[in-house]
Amino acid sequence: MKDSGAVRDLGLGWLDASGPDADIVLSTRVRLARNLQGHRYLSRARAGDRQAVYDRIEGIVGTPVLPGGTELLRMAELDARARRILLERRLISRDLLGRGDGGTPHPCGALLVCSDEAVSIMINEEDHLRLQSLVSGLSAMEAWSRVDRLDEGIGGGLPFAYHREFGYLTSCPTNAGTGLRASALVHLPALVLTKEIARVLEGIDQVGLTHRGLDGEGSDFVGNFFQISNQTTLGRSEEDLVEHFGRTVSAVIAKERRAREILRGAGPRTEDLIWRAYGLLRHSRLLTYRDLMELLSGVRLGVSLGLLPSPGVDLLNRVVVFSQAAHLAEAAGRELSGAERQAHRAEYVRRVLERERGSPTTDTRP
Amino acid sequence: MSEPDRVCDRPNCENAASVHLTQVVDNKMSDEYLCGDCAEAKGIGAVAAEGSPVANLMAQLAEGDAEGQPGAAPEPCAFCGLTFDGFRETGRLGCPLCYTSFGSGMRRLLGRIHGSTRHVGKVYLPPDPHATRADRRLDDLRRRLRRAVDSEDFERAAVLRDRIREIEPAESP
Repeated sequence: MKDSGAVRDLGLGWLDASGPDADIVLSTRVRLARNLQGHRYLSRARAGDRQAVYDRIEGIVGTPVLPGGTELLRMAELDARARRILLERRLISRDLLGRGDGGTPHPCGALLVCSDEAVSIMINEEDHLRLQSLVSGLSAMEAWSRVDRLDEGIGGGLPFAYHREFGYLTSCPTNAGTGLRASALVHLPALVLTKEIARVLEGIDQVGLTHRGLDGEGSDFVGNFFQISNQTTLGRSEEDLVEHFGRTVSAVIAKERRAREILRGAGPRTEDLIWRAYGLLRHSRLLTYRDLMELLSGVRLGVSLGLLPSPGVDLLNRVVVFSQAAHLAEAAGRELSGAERQAHRAEYVRRVLERERGSPTTDTRP
Repeated sequence: MSEPDRVCDRPNCENAASVHLTQVVDNKMSDEYLCGDCAEAKGIGAVAAEGSPVANLMAQLAEGDAEGQPGAAPEPCAFCGLTFDGFRETGRLGCPLCYTSFGSGMRRLLGRIHGSTRHVGKVYLPPDPHATRADRRLDDLRRRLRRAVDSEDFERAAVLRDRIREIEPAESP
């Protein structure tokens, strides 16, 4: 059994906030759904199907069809905390994590990671393969290029299920054709505060994209974070889909920036909101993840407007990831109860802001 | 300032509690706060049995098909045995062959979901290529190369040019 040491540095590349508009767009992901010819999908799979899919992937590790520096992690060989860390870093889905109380994963569920390329593959998920690239900021074309290269390599080594008319065949018809889903995790506090958000989200839906909360389908909008993604996958080329997606998210960013300028002109109200959020994060002794995200929203806005000189956006990204349950347990070296977790989270955030202190100053004139 | 939210009582669970379970056992009342996932794992919460939003949507869309074509339910898939009704229940197909097994019903469904039934993206060339497919593949790559050049994405254009060169020499030495 491998412990969380095996997943220590995986999936953290986007935290550095090096991408375009990284103060608003935390990360962009492009994923491709692929299936292997001659095997049933998960919903009808027999044991032999999943094993065969796993074996075929294992067979190409270390060959030229994959980029160098890849690592294949079998879910059943990782302990529960290591798997939860992968989930919290959005490298695996809940399905791959394993359902139920014990969260026992399927023996053939696996994750292939190529850290150098910021790409990874979920194996034996709803589709046999889910290729994804996760990058900083709004870099849809870059994410697409990376995952496209990976797709070309694997598709050259293993036969994908493909139909001349319908394109790549997927378990759910909503993914058929390109199998491509581009999504961006965006922070839109100014549009929420200026009450423009409903109109913007409606606009997103009208141009064939869709939106949801932080945790995907059905989740609510915590901390003014939204995920925007394309809705249809068939009838347009991959580049068209990615371009249209990128253009739409850019338009949303422009609206958010305009709204931020309005807030900047709103005087002490905006400043008060930002400094209250900062103050609560600096001094709270208990924090739920939800509280944290709401407060981080204010601080992130303050940093972006230049009203809070620090911490940097990269550090705020880090807090989003490292204050989740499994990450806190990892830092503590043991499992934590719900109440303990809130205390550990608050302490972690205080420590981070304490280290950064000295730089946030405010005008002391009366 | 709001009180910290109630979190799920289960060990190792972090989610906000959405289910308040009150039980009376041996005349003693106990309270438990659970999140949706843990409640489901414990067998509580009929809501989850309703199916995912995707499955519901699929059922509705496929329902329209059944009404339009009375008595024309497609045969079960010859490879995996999935029936069209089975597909309607879960919203998930059983294998790649289901697409052709369910024939025109599938085409209509794709049309409703995507507003199109024809894939115009990447042309896939399996590991063992035939020349005719290589032609289509070359056309696709050239089209993508033109787009990349048009949009001044030269880095991408270089990658595509390399791929075209990989295929071309075999064709026109």
